[in-house]
Amino acid sequence: MKLEVRVQEADFDIAAEYSALRNRAGGGLGAVATFIGLVRDRHDGDLVSTLYLEHYPGMTERSIEAIATKAAARWPLQDVLVIHRVGALGGAEQIVYVQVASGHRDAAFAGAAFIMDYLKTDAVFWKREDRNSGSRWIESTREDLLRRRNWDADPKQE
Amino acid sequence: MTVRVLFFASLKEAVGCESLSIDLPEQLELSAFIDRLAEQLGAHAHQALTSESVRVAVNQELRNGPQVISDGDEVAFLPPVTGG
Repeated sequence: MKLEVRVQEADFDIAAEYSALRNRAGGGLGAVATFIGLVRDRHDGDLVSTLYLEHYPGMTERSIEAIATKAAARWPLQDVLVIHRVGALGGAEQIVYVQVASGHRDAAFAGAAFIMDYLKTDAVFWKREDRNSGSRWIESTREDLLRRRNWDADPKQE
Repeated sequence: MTVRVLFFASLKEAVGCESLSIDLPEQLELSAFIDRLAEQLGAHAHQALTSESVRVAVNQELRNGPQVISDGDEVAFLPPVTGG
């Protein structure tokens, strides 16, 4: 599997990433699943002016590589790209890109969903929401943890 | 011996700094190391760093079990993470 992880302040161009994938991939590719996460501009009715993301250079990249490697052990993935932004992001900005290529759609869909679920709980990032009512650091939700646990509990889910 | 210490996110705010270098006369077990840090940073820092939700990475590896802090180590205190 080809794996690439980028943690960056700059925005990303999904058309360019998809195009680069098609240029480098061989004929075995049959399916590409992509996920783009955007910054929501409200939380519990409160306006969020800025989402600020902090990371630990080195450890953060390795935490994402470990997640993708775990996914590749479960499904036959050929090419995985994860781009995660850090720094100060405004509402509706792109924050995360997951691009998973495989021979068939089942593996591509499942691999992308698995990687996103684990990013919520295991990737080394911290997020601070600056709202009109004040700032606060946010954590994985109970729902995030349950989704991640479901993958652990059902290793045959493919 | 010198040890580099990093604090992230809410812990950075709680202890009032992002990183520091500390000189130690000898290797220390992690809990003694935190006691030593708190002498410099204050009692509130001790409370923040020993919170159950805080994880400790030594040289970018999450600590599992007892840990001795040695010369040249990078010790990072990590509050709960979330990405995506």
